[in-house]
Amino acid sequence: MTSATHPRAWLVLADGRAFAGEAIGAVVHATGEVVFNTSMTGYQEALTDPSYGGQILVMTYPLQGNYGVNAHDAESARLQVRGFVVRELTDLPSHWQSTRTLDALLCDAGVPGIAGIDTRALTQHLRAHGVVMGTITRDEPPAVALARLHAEPDYGAVDHVAAVSTAEAYTFGGAREAAPAPGAPHVVVLDLGVKRSIMRHLQRRGATVTTVPHHTSAEDILALRPDGVVLSPGPGDPQLLDHVVQTARGLVGRTPLLGICLGHQVLGRVFGARTYKLKFGHRGANHPVRDEHSGRTYITAQNHGYAIDPDGLPAAVRVSHVHLNDGTVEGLAHAALPLFTIQYHAEASPGPHDSEYLFDRFLATVTDR
Amino acid sequence: MLIIGSGPIVIGQAAEFDYAGTQACKAMREEGITSVLVNSNPATIMTDEDVADIVYIEPLTVEVIERIIAAERPDGLLPTLGGQTGLNLAVQLAEAGILERYDVRLLGTPLHTIRLAEDRQLFRDLLTSIGEPTPESAIVETWDQAEAARDALGLPLVVRPAYTLGGTGGGIAHTPEEYEQIVRGGLAASPITQVLVERSLLGWKELEYEVMRDAADTCITICNMENMDPMGVHTGDSIVVAPSQTLSDRDYQLLRTSALKIIRALGIEGGCNVQFALAPRPDIVPWPGAEGATAPPYYVIEVNPRVSRSSALASKATGYPIARIASKIAIGRRLDEISNPVTGRTSAAFEPALDYCVVKIPRWPFDKFPFGDRRLGTQMKATGEVMAIDRTFEGALQKALRSLELGERSLLWEHPSWAEGARPLHATDERLWALLSALRAGTTPIELSRTSGIDPWFTERLARLVAMERRLLGEELTRPLLRAAKRLGFSDAIIGTLADRLPEQVRALRDEWDIRPVYKMVDTCAAEFEAVTPYFYSTYDEQNDATPEPGERVLVLGSGPIRIGQGIEFDYASVHAARALQRAGVGAILANSNPETVSTDFDTSDRLYFEPLDEEGVRDLVENEAGDGEASPAIVQFGGQTAVNLARALQRAALPIAGSSADSIDLAEDRGRFERVLTSLGIPQPPGAAVRTLDEATPTADAVGYPVLVRPSYVLGGRAMEVVQDRHELARYFAAALEERSGPILIDKYLEGLEVEVDAICDGEHVLIPGIMEHIERAGVHSGDSMAVYPPQHLTEPQIAAIVDYTTRMALALGVRGLVNIQYVIAPAIDRTGPGVLVIEANPRASRTVPFISKVTGVPLVRLAVNVMLGHTLREQGFAPGLWPARELVAVKAPVFSMSKLIGVDTYLGPEMKSTGEVMGVDFTFAAAVRKALLAADLAVRPGTPVLLSLASRTKPEAVPLIEALHAAGCPLYATEGTALHVRSLGIPVELVTKRLNEGHPNVVDVIHDGTVGAVINTIEGGRASHLRDGFHIRRAATETRIPCFTSLDTARAAIQALSAPDSHSVLPLSTYREGVRV
Repeated sequence: MTSATHPRAWLVLADGRAFAGEAIGAVVHATGEVVFNTSMTGYQEALTDPSYGGQILVMTYPLQGNYGVNAHDAESARLQVRGFVVRELTDLPSHWQSTRTLDALLCDAGVPGIAGIDTRALTQHLRAHGVVMGTITRDEPPAVALARLHAEPDYGAVDHVAAVSTAEAYTFGGAREAAPAPGAPHVVVLDLGVKRSIMRHLQRRGATVTTVPHHTSAEDILALRPDGVVLSPGPGDPQLLDHVVQTARGLVGRTPLLGICLGHQVLGRVFGARTYKLKFGHRGANHPVRDEHSGRTYITAQNHGYAIDPDGLPAAVRVSHVHLNDGTVEGLAHAALPLFTIQYHAEASPGPHDSEYLFDRFLATVTDR
Repeated sequence: MLIIGSGPIVIGQAAEFDYAGTQACKAMREEGITSVLVNSNPATIMTDEDVADIVYIEPLTVEVIERIIAAERPDGLLPTLGGQTGLNLAVQLAEAGILERYDVRLLGTPLHTIRLAEDRQLFRDLLTSIGEPTPESAIVETWDQAEAARDALGLPLVVRPAYTLGGTGGGIAHTPEEYEQIVRGGLAASPITQVLVERSLLGWKELEYEVMRDAADTCITICNMENMDPMGVHTGDSIVVAPSQTLSDRDYQLLRTSALKIIRALGIEGGCNVQFALAPRPDIVPWPGAEGATAPPYYVIEVNPRVSRSSALASKATGYPIARIASKIAIGRRLDEISNPVTGRTSAAFEPALDYCVVKIPRWPFDKFPFGDRRLGTQMKATGEVMAIDRTFEGALQKALRSLELGERSLLWEHPSWAEGARPLHATDERLWALLSALRAGTTPIELSRTSGIDPWFTERLARLVAMERRLLGEELTRPLLRAAKRLGFSDAIIGTLADRLPEQVRALRDEWDIRPVYKMVDTCAAEFEAVTPYFYSTYDEQNDATPEPGERVLVLGSGPIRIGQGIEFDYASVHAARALQRAGVGAILANSNPETVSTDFDTSDRLYFEPLDEEGVRDLVENEAGDGEASPAIVQFGGQTAVNLARALQRAALPIAGSSADSIDLAEDRGRFERVLTSLGIPQPPGAAVRTLDEATPTADAVGYPVLVRPSYVLGGRAMEVVQDRHELARYFAAALEERSGPILIDKYLEGLEVEVDAICDGEHVLIPGIMEHIERAGVHSGDSMAVYPPQHLTEPQIAAIVDYTTRMALALGVRGLVNIQYVIAPAIDRTGPGVLVIEANPRASRTVPFISKVTGVPLVRLAVNVMLGHTLREQGFAPGLWPARELVAVKAPVFSMSKLIGVDTYLGPEMKSTGEVMGVDFTFAAAVRKALLAADLAVRPGTPVLLSLASRTKPEAVPLIEALHAAGCPLYATEGTALHVRSLGIPVELVTKRLNEGHPNVVDVIHDGTVGAVINTIEGGRASHLRDGFHIRRAATETRIPCFTSLDTARAAIQALSAPDSHSVLPLSTYREGVRV
């Protein structure tokens, strides 16, 4: 509950706009790209999604923290956002799984936040002017915070993948549980900022999942004798990821590939497509994507600030999925190779489960070989 | 394309289907398809000839619709927009082979799906086959089966009859006695004599999902909603919040996935509503399945394969027009081809994202029926509902509370008996207040949740309101405190009460401290895209989306929730007012709080404010619209008494009113002033006076002579109106009235004469009377409960001339600008020297007959009135003053009641209004029109129907011709003791049935329940008191078995006349009747 006892805080944007509110979470400054998410549920999954690395997350739904925080919904081992912005945060959650409040989680994770501000006004500002760097502060005057903010590097200038990827390769679910069943497909996940639910989906479908750091070379990956490789989602500008593009290029044609989100953009670059930054990105659980093959539209979970320009793609790579609202590329399919990509999140978490079938499709390409 | 409407407004089927039908017609027009609409309810927008292309106002029967199909030869039928009525008719048409014979395709929902969703066994089998869980249950068609089911499943059990609307005839049985009563009632209520007996999920969370699907198999969710009341209360009687508040994403998606699976399995192309029960927590409900399961168990409770009340609510809560999109899907459009009408640039294939919280509260009729059973269960009892939007739950809840217009029952209301500690925490219409009261008395939210089953998230929120109440009571009112209170939705009036200030002083403080609401847009997308839809709600935040726009603008105040006395007719008037303004090139701003209606469709006006219609709400939005400029005028005469009552507040705040001034309104409503006007005009009225105390009342009543009609001034729908027979009853009435702290009481001579009603338009110089209506029931039955006929059948030329003359002179003298409704009684005995026409009352506003008279005369009453307010005279608009020439048609309006849903409510007709809706019968002769009206109102008596008579002594002589007519029509007669003697004395055979319920069988109730009789005529002796008790069981039994029950000889006479007239009536488009073209 945001009450009078909370100290004052500011959210200051790089373009000079400032919002006064109440401090929540940890007592530190935070700087990051300010982005908004329109999903009405799933704050815990979003906060722990590595793709929010380097960003301050604004939830457009005004009532946050309603069902507390639980032991099951974290998408990674820590909070990934730099800061959290809400209209109202409750300290009286109600859910049978809840173990503590969202505020307690923020405090323990060292993530600051701000509550009580007009998040709709902020969203409209971001929609009109594009996403922008911002800082959350509680003891500085806005002008001082702005000066500090201007001294920080821009979101797009930093390789955020390095900060969120695993340092060491590991088998998902631990060695005991993951002891490969005879004939179980082995899927390697190149961790650019992977969410647990991606690995969980693969494992639930019978795959053994090995997750490797972002800098793993194609040769090292192939040496693991994968039946297929998933290029995971992750934060930041794909143009900064030449080394990952290099790795992906080394995998194309040598193993079935699934690219999700940042992984999709990386594969797009492999095939010669340019990537560009969207004005305010796609972040939410209600994004309509049409499957150009079936004509059917799927409601998808999305979290991306960059997109593929399909102009440079060769004939063998077709745009398989398109966003209904702005026509951006949401998926690619290769005419000859067992390779497809999606810009959205089949693993949802949070969001609709309508696209989980894509994991089946991917594993079918894996086991067909 | 044929569209079937839902008929009259009854509990469980209200204005939401007018909204749906209107949306469907709009969609057809956009697609270039001709719409043929049939509905028996004239008070609907969908039956407007500029909404549907061809309009039939006819009884909703298979025979009638077949004749329409034969005449119009539609290509398709949209069955999903007319509620359960429309769906059932579609099934009957298909089963009768009519659709096949005329090659009419059933669109949207396939026939087998309609059957699947309604037939409990088929439905359960389908769900089981796709792995969706349903509660353990049994289908029961006989009492023996019911007993077996009870023994197998164990009490408590939920009983749900098949194919009934609003859960009619259902309930939760805790004891064997309750079980038997509910099962037997449910079997009687179900047209296929089938009920479902189901495991009780009391205390589980109840959730609803509105989902859509197109022919390409694209499935989307429009909205999910969470009932604050846990399982056990009909969703129409629950406080509902959107989106869900206590579900994690995992829970949310679990149910979403299930809902989409179901709509796919049903093969619906259009919209569908799925209701779920979700187990709240493992320590209350044992979790089945694996240890450590993270997904809670759920059950699918109900599926409606059509648009519904919930889909109307979801449309208004999200901005997504479900009925309109569903109609387009039904004719083959795909979701991805349809654009989102809210943003204008994104696709309709998406799921709305809300950046606010929505609260719906039902509006129950217990203010009108204080003796009704207030417990809430599976049978819906609310007549209407309100919705409010805010960026806090507390704000939305409080605005919804204000929107209920319950007078004294504000947030702070407590029943006097609660002070002793016993608060009804089980489900009743008073539970919300009881919860707050318990919190004030120190009960913790957790304890409350344990007792009531309401999720702690909600009780904690209520506790925050109580905590704020304490701060306002105890602390100094500072700027931060006032702002915090406003953000939690506290009204100026309540802040004033708690902080010991007048509401106006709180408002002044807000001005001084710059604490004003801003208005945010409902845009379906949480501000992600720019939206073009001007649909706004107030909130205490920083940035205003609703900045004033240039140009002339006028505010139309709507009529709030549907309740007895203020129905859909006023929404009709509000919608037409907005349209008339737009036609005149003036921006129309609409304010209303009712999510069911056409007026709160964002397409209806240039700007829609979803706000409580109280002084604070309206003044805030008027000031917002004004910005730094001048305030736009407000029209108060279309929104029923809700809007009229705001006239004084607007005037006090120096805000402009369009049309009749606040003073004009007062002149008509203040008894003393009105009397002086009439005296100065030389127009007679029944003797009477306005009094304040019993001491004043007694001599007044003595002077005018009993019986007298007593009623408080300034009320609509005849609330607390009674015919009083003697001093003793007068004293009792006053004791009750003073307890309610109402204003002056009017006492009039009660005249049992012919009642006549006119609606008129006055431009300040001239008066147009579009038509005169004559009531079938004599004065004393509330005009809203009377059958009315146009044109009048029994008036003499001099009487008509007098009515025109009085109406004209009164309208001018009262200073009416716009509409006025005047009621007369024909009483030559009182007005011996004149034409015998007396004025009962005048209301300077649109009445509930405006849609009826507009439709039958073709005179656009509301448009003319609005143009008058904009300064255009009637002559400029091409209308000569005086009485508009009567059309050759005859139209009869009949009231429709919802009494079978309201246990314990007496059904006799009296001066207090009880009906919830109306139907119209129109034809070229009176007999045919009456027959159709009765048919549409389910009051038709067929020749040979056995009739039970129980007549008051006073009415026996008058009933003679009626009894003879029944006998002549071959109706076997049954009668209670005194009446039987009377019938026998006429030489007519009659069977005696005793009305003494404990003196042997069969008694009166038995012959009704077992179907021996098919209609009842029961007249009563005067007012309330002991006379009523006598026939109460007779009337309730008739209501529960759904057979016609006439409590007025006049209605019975009309029904019997219709019965003996030749058995033929026309089925024609409304315009054909109006043009007088006989086919």
